[in-house]
Amino acid sequence: MSPDASGAVAPAHDADADRARRALAAVWRIESARIVATLTRFVGDVGQAEDLAQEAMLEALRQWPIDGVPRNGGAWLTAVAKRRAIDGWRRRERLDERYAAMARDLEEQERTASATFWDPDTIDDDVLRLVFVACHPVLSREAQIALTLRIVGGLSSEEIARAFLVPVATIQQRIVRAKKTLAAASVPFEVPEPQDYAERLGSVLSVLYLIFNEGYLPASGEQWVRPDVSGEALRLARVVAGLMPREPEAQSLVALMEFHAARFSTRVARDGTPIPLDQQDRTRWDRAQIERGRAALARADRIGRGRAAYGLQAAIAECHAIAPSAEDTDWARIVLLYEALGRIAPSPVVELNRAVAVAMATGPASALRLVDDLERDGRLAGYPGLPAVRGELLARLGRTNEARGELETAARLTGNERERAALLAKAAALPRSGR
Amino acid sequence: MKYMLIMRATDEGIAAYQDLDFNEVIAAMGAYNESMIKAGVLLAGEGLSDAKEGFVVDFDATPPVVTDGPYAEAKELFNGFWIIGVSSKEEAEEWAKRCPLGPGARLEVRRVNELEDFPQDNEWIQKEAKWREEAEGRLGAASE
Repeated sequence: MSPDASGAVAPAHDADADRARRALAAVWRIESARIVATLTRFVGDVGQAEDLAQEAMLEALRQWPIDGVPRNGGAWLTAVAKRRAIDGWRRRERLDERYAAMARDLEEQERTASATFWDPDTIDDDVLRLVFVACHPVLSREAQIALTLRIVGGLSSEEIARAFLVPVATIQQRIVRAKKTLAAASVPFEVPEPQDYAERLGSVLSVLYLIFNEGYLPASGEQWVRPDVSGEALRLARVVAGLMPREPEAQSLVALMEFHAARFSTRVARDGTPIPLDQQDRTRWDRAQIERGRAALARADRIGRGRAAYGLQAAIAECHAIAPSAEDTDWARIVLLYEALGRIAPSPVVELNRAVAVAMATGPASALRLVDDLERDGRLAGYPGLPAVRGELLARLGRTNEARGELETAARLTGNERERAALLAKAAALPRSGR
Repeated sequence: MKYMLIMRATDEGIAAYQDLDFNEVIAAMGAYNESMIKAGVLLAGEGLSDAKEGFVVDFDATPPVVTDGPYAEAKELFNGFWIIGVSSKEEAEEWAKRCPLGPGARLEVRRVNELEDFPQDNEWIQKEAKWREEAEGRLGAASE
């Protein structure tokens, strides 16, 4: 690095800039929720708070490569953003005593900034408010997801775009629009009132579960270059469960995600073909992660309010996770859990899964009756899982010609190339001589 | 990705630690652990008891030689670890730097191997792929 011959300040070396950028991304990942929550409390509006945080990030990109990464990056960003807010107020209105007092407080905070920068009495509550605002029902599902990942999860717009396989501009527009919608609806920075709490909590948890499933059920072959979006959803679910330790469904969602994630590495063959549960190599399931799931489900149960939809799904996933093999699974218990789930959260997909469990517990004939009922009911028309399961049951009953037809129908309906190939291979392997 | 934060301390570091108020040390470490739990990144972590209670199994000889107490040549004792799930090396570094340790202590930060880290041409990985193909063939046959 030779000094700039012109005598002007040399631009920071690329390596310094890169190091600063990466450090900033790490700080944002860890602190975004607390930064935006603190700023929202300060300015009263999530959208404005996020804008201020963005400005502070740009300032960091300019200063950190030159001055070095500050010891407490989160405090640095918050202080810069607050100063910007005060500057904005000063420009708009005559400086009065209120702003002067805020500026003095800010300077005092900057002087004493340390690892315990956040106000311990309010920060957790503020982060919880932020989570509820990001998943507010005035926002579309896409907007809730983008905003949650951006401000609670601390992902960049580029990372969110890559995770959802959409252009960066689309994500940026969703976030801008979400912030405007929150302002237009005057959404308060508050935890919901008791009468709305259950529904709003449901919205938060389903946003997290949708994000998780985006990574869990890759729709295309590009999953290997995508960021670990399921891992991020699991981390956020742990954060939310920590913020509401008395909510069994929040703990249960963590458990459900842990159980699913424990099987991640075994659910797809290297060529991309999905491997069904009964053929997965159970020795490669992540035992430590399964134990974390069981601990989370035990925490949910200890609260003593019973199991709701996520609790029942987690309990089903636990049965699979602890079974030594598909045959050695407590299918009778899984049937009961699906029955309970079907009553509190009726869904034809749950009925179909129940039929699969019945087939394992008591045989294909009784399961086929359930599947036939589902087919008549028509709600799953066009869903490839229905003919796939029906074909499997028919094959096990020796009705191979009918089975082949069902498997071929399933292959036509699925959007996943690998799954199509697997279904056709299964159909082709059936003997021609059957009924 | 997962990283392991491995805590090491020299004798001087351990001695300095023992001069500190035990309750303060516990409180600082507890707050550190809690911050990682709240952030959803802490996957595992344990502190180890006095190295004098441990023993060393040395494979220089066959059969291996067992010696009581810490490894005689070790200048730094390994006395605890954390495993965290993070999105980048820098994030692991940021968490490591927040650990409430003092002079004489170090954290070695190492990435935990994931399945993709193993060479795909490895004999055992290939065997497993072959075994799986065979298993799938068998299951196909079983449904006839």
